[in-house]
Amino acid sequence: MSPLGSMRVQRWTPLSVGSVAVSVAVLVLLAFGPALFSPNVIDKLTTLFIYVLLAITWNALAGYGGLVSIGQQAFFGLGAYAAVRLTHAGMSVYPALILAAILVAAVSVPLSAFMLRLRAGEFAIGMWVVAELLHLLVNLDGLIQGETGTSLIALDAYSAVARRALTYWTALGSMTVLLVLLLVLLRSPTGAAIQAIRDSEEAAASVGVRVLTTKRVIFVVAAFGAALAGALWLSTTITFQPKTYFSVQWTAYMIFMVLVGGLGTFEGPIIGAVIFFLVGTWFGADGVWYLIGLGATALVFALFLPRGLWGWVDTRFGLRLLPVGYRVVAGREPPAVPAIQTPHIRS
Amino acid sequence: MNLLAVENLQARHGLLQAVRGVSFALHKGETLALVGANGAGKTTLLRTIAGAHPASGGRVRLNGTDIDDRPAHQRAAMGIALVPEGRKLFSRMTVEENLLLARAAGRPGRWTVDAVMQAFPNLQKRRRHLTAHLSGGEQQATAIGRALMTNPDVLLLDEVSLGLSPLVVDQVYAQLESLMASGTTILLVEQDLRRALRVADRVMCMLEGSIVLEGAARDLTREQVTEAYFGLGRATVAGIPA
Amino acid sequence: MMIWLNQIIQGVLLGGYYALIACGLSFMFSVMRIINLAHGSLAILAAFGLFVLASRLGLSPFLGLLIVLPAMAAVGWLLQRTVLERSLRGGLLVPILSTFGLSIVIDNLLFQQFGADTRSLAPYIGDLSYSSWAITDDIDIGQLAVLTLAAAIVLLGGLQLFLTRTSLGRAIRATAEDPDTVGLIGIDARRVNATAAAIAMVTVGIAGAFLAMRATFNPYSGGQQLVFAFEAAVIGGAGSLWGTLGGGIVLGVAQSIGAQIDPQGFLITGHVVFLAVLFARLYPSRFALQLPRLRRQPA
Repeated sequence: MSPLGSMRVQRWTPLSVGSVAVSVAVLVLLAFGPALFSPNVIDKLTTLFIYVLLAITWNALAGYGGLVSIGQQAFFGLGAYAAVRLTHAGMSVYPALILAAILVAAVSVPLSAFMLRLRAGEFAIGMWVVAELLHLLVNLDGLIQGETGTSLIALDAYSAVARRALTYWTALGSMTVLLVLLLVLLRSPTGAAIQAIRDSEEAAASVGVRVLTTKRVIFVVAAFGAALAGALWLSTTITFQPKTYFSVQWTAYMIFMVLVGGLGTFEGPIIGAVIFFLVGTWFGADGVWYLIGLGATALVFALFLPRGLWGWVDTRFGLRLLPVGYRVVAGREPPAVPAIQTPHIRS
Repeated sequence: MNLLAVENLQARHGLLQAVRGVSFALHKGETLALVGANGAGKTTLLRTIAGAHPASGGRVRLNGTDIDDRPAHQRAAMGIALVPEGRKLFSRMTVEENLLLARAAGRPGRWTVDAVMQAFPNLQKRRRHLTAHLSGGEQQATAIGRALMTNPDVLLLDEVSLGLSPLVVDQVYAQLESLMASGTTILLVEQDLRRALRVADRVMCMLEGSIVLEGAARDLTREQVTEAYFGLGRATVAGIPA
Repeated sequence: MMIWLNQIIQGVLLGGYYALIACGLSFMFSVMRIINLAHGSLAILAAFGLFVLASRLGLSPFLGLLIVLPAMAAVGWLLQRTVLERSLRGGLLVPILSTFGLSIVIDNLLFQQFGADTRSLAPYIGDLSYSSWAITDDIDIGQLAVLTLAAAIVLLGGLQLFLTRTSLGRAIRATAEDPDTVGLIGIDARRVNATAAAIAMVTVGIAGAFLAMRATFNPYSGGQQLVFAFEAAVIGGAGSLWGTLGGGIVLGVAQSIGAQIDPQGFLITGHVVFLAVLFARLYPSRFALQLPRLRRQPA
């Protein structure tokens, strides 16, 4: 072992440089999707991007903020509703999707002041109550006609081809922005605070981490992501029925993706979203047994593999693709196996 | 026969080895005092014997029976009672309720709520008060009484004087000494060497997880114990054949 | 004026049901610090059990309880041993995730077995489902509603007596306070917790029975019942059982009055009152009203 003097803190490893380069290349390639893929593939990929959006933002909330919410459908539904309202007021569809999510994020700021004072299970179900209430309030809007719902009629302004491509690009762009946003957030001083809070909230508070402020940032980002996903989902399905959008099932999907992929890891939720997407494609996303399988899988992962597949890979091989966190490396040359690693997540 | 026999007992806190191969025996009716500096492993040793902390090696026998794989509640039912450090009373329950809980050990014997009230007369008028509202001495008496309510063969006492004023400590020890006189077998952890040497039949000193000194209280001087206590003369192990 | 009085009376009676459904949630939380997200789904499971016994075997729901309640106790015991015990070792978040996963499994298994139809036990309890006492021209009091409230009072009172007067009850309270120390005085904390979970599930079974008698249910009704139970428990302050009754009544009256204001107002008012109570409690300095908290005070 080298003396302490020759140790250094490393953030970028050759592996993470490589994987970031590959990620960027994949995203650039995906940007040309509408020119390369069949309409069916485009639709499927759009769905996948929305899943990734849901997974990474719920993971930010639960995995980084320690806030398990059973009510993220509140923002998902509200995002779609806001998009309906904005287009009804004459705004063109795609800007409306983005603005809708921004508005929902703004609404989540005062909400956070209130909800973040709740703990663990209280927060979880408290958020569910919020979702139920918002659902009922949206139903009161004459435009929505209660549970009958309405459609995103403004989409008629686009041809089917243009609509498909624009929705695809908006989804891809949203996913990319959120991924980068979370990466930047985790690498910022806030990210260090997040890691501290995750390890021990009391200890973090005692060394001056502003726990509540940090959690609030995460809460708002998560609300923004879920709202964006809801608005995007609206643009793929066109119809808005409050019951569908404010369904707790969306949160169940998020939990499944994050638990399977790896709660509190950066890469895990993305993998979880891909798995969820593939399972849905292969087994049909509507069957009862499919849902039973999702619930049972979430249960089993929560009990036996709480850090998910990526967490398992991480502990087993010390593999880290994206440059979040630091590792302390002995000597000038990085050893084959990192000597000491910052804990990725305490589950 | 030995009531309690501990052989090569090991226990850890994560990577830290808190108890390193401790062996000793406790005879029926005797009082053994365990002394040592903070962090010497005394509390862990007591908790491991009581089953409240997992052993990582070695054996514990009670009345000749191996109890290594028994959880704490079964050890209580077999006759080991621990008065834990910090007393650990149930604060939202009354003195009487705290005492009655210990009947779960299912050991018949002379200790009843009334018997505890007689042994600790200061509890009598506090019987139906929540333990959170008691004084330190009353809390300690309740904790000891609760352990006695299991009618144990051996009573483990962890720093009963902790946090009590000297006057109250004297009072608690007066009550303990009448217990000892009545033949209760006791293993007690005590920081105060003078007191340990006075009340105990035998004294053991622990240093960094091991027993470094053991002997009859009347044969040991305070200087000997103090040396062992601070690890000044590791070679001097009285009473243990080399 | 009479209309409002009537709404309040009906609300109090409805509160009896909410107290029943909240009882098990609150009990489990106070003993094991777990908010069981499968709580509502388990109540619906019990309701379907009674429905099967009534519709296939012609067994009255009250007799059916003799079979369903022991079964629920067994479910509670198993739940504790297989899911909750392990979850608790994983920290604060794991129990939320695991019980939520379990609720999805239960809901969809029920759907697989019984389909989406809404059911009710009302047809199997004769005229109890609609009999009422006319107090004045404007106020009728349903017999079933009175029975529900009475059941809630008896159950909560019985539980209170059990916890304070029996040795098992004391062991449960002690384990709730300090599960590590009870072992030292001969109490098997695992066993006590499993027993507590069994008791909680018996109360869930009773709540499920009354839900199914006074209303309709379907395989996906569990989530809504969980939300009601949670609201009543939080409003009442889950530490005390009588608080749960109070919380149920506050929720029931709020919903009942809301429904009188607007047909859509039933649920909205309930949620709003819940959030208002929460708000008042979280900012106690600004609101004189300080109610007991769901969170336990550190010992």
